[in-house]
Amino acid sequence: MRLETRFKWLPAPLMSLVLFIVWLVLNNSLSSGHIFLATILAIVIPLVTSPFRTKQPIIIKPGLALRHLALVLYDIITANVQVAILILGPTKKLTPGFVKVPLDLTHSLPITILASTVSLTPGTVSAEVYPWRESLSEGEKLEQQFLLIHVLDLKDEQALIKMIKQRYEAPLKEMFQC
Amino acid sequence: MAEWIISILLLIGGSFVLVGSIGLVKMPDFFMRLHGPTKATTLGMASLLTAAMIFFSTTHTGFSVKEILISLFLLLTAPISAYMMIKAAIHHKLESIERTKGIDNIEDDV
Repeated sequence: MRLETRFKWLPAPLMSLVLFIVWLVLNNSLSSGHIFLATILAIVIPLVTSPFRTKQPIIIKPGLALRHLALVLYDIITANVQVAILILGPTKKLTPGFVKVPLDLTHSLPITILASTVSLTPGTVSAEVYPWRESLSEGEKLEQQFLLIHVLDLKDEQALIKMIKQRYEAPLKEMFQC
Repeated sequence: MAEWIISILLLIGGSFVLVGSIGLVKMPDFFMRLHGPTKATTLGMASLLTAAMIFFSTTHTGFSVKEILISLFLLLTAPISAYMMIKAAIHHKLESIERTKGIDNIEDDV
């Protein structure tokens, strides 16, 4: 896991890129004036805000991140269709359930991304991360963390845990190298 | 041609949003109700916005890409609002229907 960037004047390269693109898209133009303004905003805003932002891990493998994004987008589309079928089908046959997924990730940013992908993909909504960091006493080490998820139609708990770990957690672990 | 694509996208989007709302009404408890609006609507909204994008790109001069931003922000905010709601529901110890499995997986609040 790497927290620091290589360049001092560009504290958050990804945020700069997002700001640049969002400015151009919001103005819906590619004129040189807007490109100039976008560049200034993309450099100045991360510089000014960096003192009060906590250091986040950096994506080390961008190629893998893009492939994972494509996979998640595809899963979102299939998830929509699956949930629509479940909703329109008979409600009495659904067996909802809470499942605890053990996490290998340790940093909060990858865990947040994992929780969001779980919420957007088939039949699951993430509910909570155990144990709470707040409940730990000073200096106590965080042991195994769990992600609590609510499943709309629980068939095989172990298979679901395995699927989430392999399909969504493993790529995140690899791209952040943590 | 564009009109056809726009109409099909509008229909798909409309039906997904409708299914999401049906789920909201039909499901028996709060936790199951949450599934419809968080998922079935993301694709619905995405198709509606794509239809809007094609419509404004073909009828007005220039290319309109603002709608992609709206879809992206929706994708970012939908799981977070779902997370906040389900967290609040667990905190208030809302009852889930009897056949819910793994209730003991919920730990007590601090």
